[in-house]
Amino acid sequence: MSECSVELRQATKTFTTKRGANLEDVLAVRGLSLSIEPGEFFTLLGPSGCGKTTTLRLIAGFETPTSGDVFIQGKLMNKVPPYQRPVNTVFQNYALFPHLTVLKNVAFGMAVKRVPRVEREKLAQQALELVQLGDMGDRKPSQLSGGQQQRVALARALVNKPGVLLLDEPLGALDLKLRKAMQIELKQLQMQVGITFIYVTHDQEEALTMSDRVAVMHKGVLQQCGTPHELYEKPVNQFVADFIGESNFIKAKVYRVSGNEALVSVGREYFSAVIGEPQPQAGQEITISVRPEKIVINAPDASAHQGGLGGLVEQVIYVGADTRYVINLESGSTIVARVQNTGNVEEFVKGDAVMVYWEAEDAHILWF
Amino acid sequence: MQQKASFSPLSIYFWCFVFILFLPIILLIIFSFNNSVQLVFPLKGFTLQWYQSLSENTEMLKAVRTSIILGFSSSLVATILGTMTAIAVVRYSFPGRSFFIAVSAMPLVIPYVILGVSLLIMFHQIGVHLSAMTAGIAHVVISLPYATLVIAARLVGFPQNLEEAAMDLGATYWGALLRVTIPICFPALMAAFLICFTISFDEFAIASFLVGTQPTLPVYLYSQLRFPTRLPLVVSLASLLMVASMVIVLLAEWLRRAGQTAPRKG
Amino acid sequence: MENRQRVAVLLAPPSLYLLFLFLLPLGIMAVFSFRAGTIGAASQVYTLENYQEFIQNTSYHRLLWRSGMIALTISCFSVIMAYPLAYYLVFRAGAKRVTLLTLLIIPTWTSYLLRIFAWKLILGSSGLLNTFLLWTGIIEEASPILLYSRGAVVITLIYVWVPFVALPIFAGLERIDRNLLEAAADLGCKPWEAFLRVTLPLSLPGVVAGFFFALIPTLGEFVTPLLVGGGQGAMYGNLIQDQFVRALNWPMGSVMSLAMLVVVLVLIFVFTRIGSGTKLLEF
Repeated sequence: MSECSVELRQATKTFTTKRGANLEDVLAVRGLSLSIEPGEFFTLLGPSGCGKTTTLRLIAGFETPTSGDVFIQGKLMNKVPPYQRPVNTVFQNYALFPHLTVLKNVAFGMAVKRVPRVEREKLAQQALELVQLGDMGDRKPSQLSGGQQQRVALARALVNKPGVLLLDEPLGALDLKLRKAMQIELKQLQMQVGITFIYVTHDQEEALTMSDRVAVMHKGVLQQCGTPHELYEKPVNQFVADFIGESNFIKAKVYRVSGNEALVSVGREYFSAVIGEPQPQAGQEITISVRPEKIVINAPDASAHQGGLGGLVEQVIYVGADTRYVINLESGSTIVARVQNTGNVEEFVKGDAVMVYWEAEDAHILWF
Repeated sequence: MQQKASFSPLSIYFWCFVFILFLPIILLIIFSFNNSVQLVFPLKGFTLQWYQSLSENTEMLKAVRTSIILGFSSSLVATILGTMTAIAVVRYSFPGRSFFIAVSAMPLVIPYVILGVSLLIMFHQIGVHLSAMTAGIAHVVISLPYATLVIAARLVGFPQNLEEAAMDLGATYWGALLRVTIPICFPALMAAFLICFTISFDEFAIASFLVGTQPTLPVYLYSQLRFPTRLPLVVSLASLLMVASMVIVLLAEWLRRAGQTAPRKG
Repeated sequence: MENRQRVAVLLAPPSLYLLFLFLLPLGIMAVFSFRAGTIGAASQVYTLENYQEFIQNTSYHRLLWRSGMIALTISCFSVIMAYPLAYYLVFRAGAKRVTLLTLLIIPTWTSYLLRIFAWKLILGSSGLLNTFLLWTGIIEEASPILLYSRGAVVITLIYVWVPFVALPIFAGLERIDRNLLEAAADLGCKPWEAFLRVTLPLSLPGVVAGFFFALIPTLGEFVTPLLVGGGQGAMYGNLIQDQFVRALNWPMGSVMSLAMLVVVLVLIFVFTRIGSGTKLLEF
């Protein structure tokens, strides 16, 4: 087995904080185990407070695990301080040294290693050109825009040729358009440079866009780790299904289980649904999740071969590329369906009665 | 990152320094109980006689009274002027703002001898007799920057639109200041007042030029330093004053901090 | 405009106060310096005599220069001794830092006069230090040189200034973004290296501010020399005080004051040029 770039084994980190008069233990990261491959673009994704930044800091060396191990390139790193680890970090607020020029900022890591000045400034200049800031070397960080500062931070980290680059929500402070442009640039840069990127974000769209694999975290616990496709199409639990993309959650009851499918009843109708783990039992009350774009809406009288559940359109929201329908189902649940406005589709208005249908493979059975 | 153990060289240095800082104060307090007229080692037994004789010393009591009245009035004026300065400087930008800040901060750095001497000349020229009041006038000048700083720090911390909200509800600008700004700043105002009081009460250099025949306490104390037999009295008074000053400063600091956190609720 | 009016009303009393009771006296002092004498007819004559005497009397210059050097020494040492204190508070003291800072500051708010006087108890021939040195056998005889000397003035004033100087250094150190130190470590700096390359340069504005806040008032210091300076420890401020209190040559004293005021203003100017001055007064 080829050497992992970064590996965490049952890493746990507890912080003791003061709340009022008492000291409280906060479990920031719980029993986290991850293996990250060399050259991978790996993302830690989750809402704030889920432990993703703490995990990054465990890898960087700014925190030591309360229990468990951190390996980088096969070597145990628990007690190794940050300045001796083969990783570099791009900080959320860039952390550019205000008293140094941009060029000196980028050259900093090399200056510490006593690389001669001519050589390190040459390498720093090359790094700046790599991020398209070749003529900004003489300026001070405060004279640059947010996007430019971010790229300086990137150059400063990359110029040291780390084995792993850690990025802590680097695009958070940028406006939407710039952020989307930077996402593409970062991905291309990673492919060009070829080193492992470990990226932290709370933006699931960003994670899906850029990553080879994503680890979804919630309250310190790893929820699911997989490719963007796996996470979107086969979420293992409600949290992942809800966090990634949009989902409808519909209450249902298991009627019969056969193989990897189950027949469930929603209201008076029956549907097939895909089973995840563990297997449900007949009679169990469960929740199925269905993505909005997988829901098919028909007029009640249309060729009823598809079957489906009856519902009433409560709200119609036109969003340009799609139309969303908020539908109250007979069974009591409310769902949102997304229909692309290709021009060939039937349009409904508020108050219309409709039939709602989905394919078995698009319905996942979930647990809380 | 790692936390160092509490016996690092830095912490030893810090605590040694704190000890040296308090040493003169501790010494004074020790000697104030010393049963000897001479302020030398070794110590000669415990006594309260010096403290007891304080209450009989009318000259000294007069000086205390002078200092208190002086401190009170100059602090009042300095706090009022400081509040006005702070509000103007924090809430508004106007031409000459930096210049004004610079001039009002200058008394912080101008040597007191120059301040004392210049006022002495001016009072002499316009025929004003030297008294506690002339010293008080100078004290306002030197404590004004402190008052401004304390109040400005508080103002910066609270949002601008509370005044606007009050005006929206019908108050005039000045009404808004009185009903909203001043009450919210009140702990800072008190802290500023106490700081100005301490400055004035302890001030010697300027007072030595300007008090004339109405000595403030520091001026009186200084005049007693020439009489060796009076020294223990001075020391016992000094101890009382120092403890009182420290208490006042602690109070001011507590008030200032209490005011800082108040409107965060909700 | 409404706002202009309000500012004018708010600023009027402080401005008038400062104008008439701070700036005007300085101006009057400047005029006074041209007088021939304080009493009687001489007070009506204006002359450059005093200036001539000031320029010619080199002992005045030497004293001014010596006072400057003393003040410089005191400021430098105060800054050097205060820096570790501030560093300890900001980087090691954690949540207790404000409490400990207050602890450091409290003694400075007690009477300056009294604490200087107390140093006589420490430095005097029968004082604490001598008693201690005798007791431990380090010296055989009480040493009188600790008190009533230039050294005593320097030690005493350093003692007074260190807590004051620690405040701007503390403020400057606190402002440093901790991420910068993490970034330095991330890029390979060992802790002391991170201090030299990042912390120290970024803390310099606070250090410079502290240095000037101590230097400028100390130039005019006269109380400490009066109490512990003896004959050797007199400073320029004593010279001025003497003119006004004993010699009663106020015009001469005014000239001396003005000379010092010029030096002070130059130093203030230098300080603001260095740029750090305005940053600390920013609201």
